[in-house]
Amino acid sequence: MTELYAIARATEIADKIFEFWITAPHVARHARAGQFVVLRIDEHGERIPLTISAVEGDLVRVVFMAVGKTTTQLSSLGAGDAIRDVAGPLGKPSEIEQYGTCMVIGGGVGIACTPIIAQELKRAGNKVIGVIGARNESLLILEDELRAVCNELVVCTDDGSKGFHGFPADILKQRLAEDTLDAVWIIGPAIMMKITSGATRPYGVKTFVSLNPIMVDGTGMCGSCRVTVGGETKFACVDGPEFDAHEVDFDELMQRQRIYTAQEQESMGRYHEHTCRCGEGGARHE
Amino acid sequence: MSKRPASERIQDFREVDQGLSAEEAVAEAARCLQCKKPKCVEGCPVTIDIPGFLADVAAGNFREAARTIKQDNMLPAICGRVCPQETQCEGVCILGIKDKPVSIGSLERFVADWEYDHGVELPEVAPSTGKRVAVVGSGPAGLTAAAELARAGHSVTIFESLHEAGGVLTYGIPSFRLPKDVVAREIEQVLALGVDLKLNHLVGRSVSVDELLAFDAVVLGTGAGLPYFMGIEGDNLNGVYSANEYLTRVNLMHADRFPDFDTPVVRASRVAVVGAGNVAMDAARVARRLGARVFLIYRRREEDFPARAAEIENAKEEGIEFLTCANPVRILGGPTVTGIECVRMEMCEPDQSGRPTPRPIEGSTFSLDVDAVIEAIGQGPNPLLIHLIPGLAIGRKGNVEVDGEGKTSLSGVYAAGDVATGAATVIWAMGAAKQAAQRAARAIDRMLEES
Repeated sequence: MTELYAIARATEIADKIFEFWITAPHVARHARAGQFVVLRIDEHGERIPLTISAVEGDLVRVVFMAVGKTTTQLSSLGAGDAIRDVAGPLGKPSEIEQYGTCMVIGGGVGIACTPIIAQELKRAGNKVIGVIGARNESLLILEDELRAVCNELVVCTDDGSKGFHGFPADILKQRLAEDTLDAVWIIGPAIMMKITSGATRPYGVKTFVSLNPIMVDGTGMCGSCRVTVGGETKFACVDGPEFDAHEVDFDELMQRQRIYTAQEQESMGRYHEHTCRCGEGGARHE
Repeated sequence: MSKRPASERIQDFREVDQGLSAEEAVAEAARCLQCKKPKCVEGCPVTIDIPGFLADVAAGNFREAARTIKQDNMLPAICGRVCPQETQCEGVCILGIKDKPVSIGSLERFVADWEYDHGVELPEVAPSTGKRVAVVGSGPAGLTAAAELARAGHSVTIFESLHEAGGVLTYGIPSFRLPKDVVAREIEQVLALGVDLKLNHLVGRSVSVDELLAFDAVVLGTGAGLPYFMGIEGDNLNGVYSANEYLTRVNLMHADRFPDFDTPVVRASRVAVVGAGNVAMDAARVARRLGARVFLIYRRREEDFPARAAEIENAKEEGIEFLTCANPVRILGGPTVTGIECVRMEMCEPDQSGRPTPRPIEGSTFSLDVDAVIEAIGQGPNPLLIHLIPGLAIGRKGNVEVDGEGKTSLSGVYAAGDVATGAATVIWAMGAAKQAAQRAARAIDRMLEES
C-alpha cells in the first residue's frame, strides 16, 4: 500500500533553486496549469504545497527554493531517491480562456509556474507577453523555456545585471499605458503580487495571482490556508490557489504566512545541527 | 473498565481506558439475559449478533466471539472504543432498567483485542465476480463498504486523498481515545480481504469523474470534513484553528512531537475551544496534553452538551474548564490571538430539538485572555467531489441525497456516512455504508444475471 514517488531528475538551476522531476502518474495524468501538489518527504515530514511547473509523461516538475527545513531537506535528495507522498493535482486550474493579449509575470522562484500558464494561454489563442524578474541575473530561471511559449519575453533584474533594470511592475505599468492588456497573471512572493497587481487595478484589467498560504491537507479539510477574497473567507487549496488579485487581502495572507516563523527556525537549526554532526552520512548534495 | 488517573494521562497521548481482563470479560458477558427478542441488536446500526457473541465470551470462547462479531462488523476494536453505546446497544439493554446494562462496548473491544493478540482470522470471501467497485474515502463508511463488497467477491479500490487511510479515525479522533495502531490493524484486515488502497488520490482531481463512473459501482464515503468557522471578527488571526486543523496537525502529522516531526502547532498556554460536541472535547483534551489551560465555551448549558457523557466526564477530570451560556462575539489580537470576547446567554423557550434557545444578554460581554482559539462548531460534507459529478442530487445542507439504502440520484452511485447525513457518528456511517454496499452488491448481482 505504500507507494513511493521516485525522483527522476534533480537539478540546481540557480543558487538554492531546484528543479525536480518526480514520477507521479496519478498527478501527471490530469494536471493543468495553476494546480499544485502536496508532498511529504518521509514519515516525519510535513505536507507542503508546490505548484506544478510542467508535466512530461508520468513526470511532474516542481521548482522550489531551499529556504526552510523541508525544502532544504528536499534539495538534498537526488535522482533515484524517492519521496514518500505526492498528492495531486490539487486546486482549481488557471482560468484559461481566449482573452486577447495576456501578460504572465513571474517573480523569483514564481517564474517556475509561468511557462505552463503561458503555454495554455497561447494554445487558447491568446497573444502572450512574458515578464520575469529576479534580484540578479544568476537567479533568473527557465528563461528560454518561457520565451519559447510566449510571443514576447521581457527580462528584468533588480540590479540591472540582465535585461531591464527594474521590476516587472514597471514593465506592466508601461504596457498598460501603451497597449491593451486583457488579462494578467502575477506569480511570485506575496508582497510582489500585492504591489504588482496594484498597477492593473485602475485599468480594471482582469488580474490573477496564485496564493501560497500555509496548508496541511490541501483538500479543503482544515482551513489553514484560509484567505480573505472580496471580503469572504476562501480556502486557497480548493477555491484557489488562483484568485482575482484585486479582491485579495494580501496583508492578512502575509501575516498568516508567518504563524510558524519561530518553529521553522527551530526546525531548520536542528536540521543543520543534525546534518553537520552526521557528516558524510548525512544529507547528500548533488 | 479501568481508566488511567487524569493527572497521569494528561502527560501523554496513550489510551485512557484500559480495557477488561479475560476474567472480567467472562463475568460481564455472563450477565446477559439472552433475550429472545434482543433489543441491543436493534440498537446496533450494524446489527451485530450481540447475545451470540456475549454467550461465546461467557463460555470463554473468545475466538468464536470474534467470528460472530466480524460477520457484521469488520472494525470491532474501533467500535468498541468510540461507539456511543449508551444511546445504542447498551441504552436499550433490559438490564439497564433496574441495574447497569451489559458493557457491550467494552466486551466488543475485549474480543477484538484478544483476537489481534492471538492471531486474526479473516472472514470468508466469495469467489471473484470480476466486477469493479470504487470506494471514495477510507473513513468508517469507506472501510465498511469496501469490506462488505470485497467479501461479496467484487474487486474493490479505495481512493484516499491523504497519505494515510482511516479518515476521521486517523486525523480526527485522538490516540488517547483510539490508538492509531488499533486503527491501522483493522484497516489491514479490510485490505487483507483483497481491497486495493490508493493513497494520495483525490477523486475529482487525481481520478476524473469519468474514470470514477467507469467502475461498475461507486460508493461515496467522503465524509464531513469541511470545517465551519464562526465568521466573527478575528476569525483569521494567527492562532485561530478549526478543530479539524488542530486535530490533524496532532493526530495525523504528530505536531505533539515537533521538532522530531516537522509539522508545528501553536503551543498555547491558554486555549479557548468553542463548541461542546465530541470534536470539541477531543480538541480540548489534546490542547490540555500540549500543556495548555483550556476553556471550553458553549452557548447553552452543560446538560445541553452534544458530546457523549463519558467524554464530558473525561474532559472534566482532565481539568478542562467549562464556560457555559457564553457565546463568542469577537476574537481579539493582531496578528496573533490575545483573547476572546464573549457575551453571556440566557436560556429561553425550547426549540425543535427540545433544548432551550440561547439568547444574548445585553451588556454582558466579557473577555478571556487566550493565545489560541479552536473552533469546533461543526463540519459540512466535503463539497469538492460531489459538486463535480454531473447530475448528483445535493441536499440543502450540502449533503448527497440518498434513499433509505444509500442510493443516490445516479444509477450505480451510492453514498454513505457523513457525506449523506451530515456530521454524525462513526457507527452511523458504518451502518449506512453496510446498507449502501449491500444495495450496490444486489445491483451488481442483477447486472451479472442479465449479462
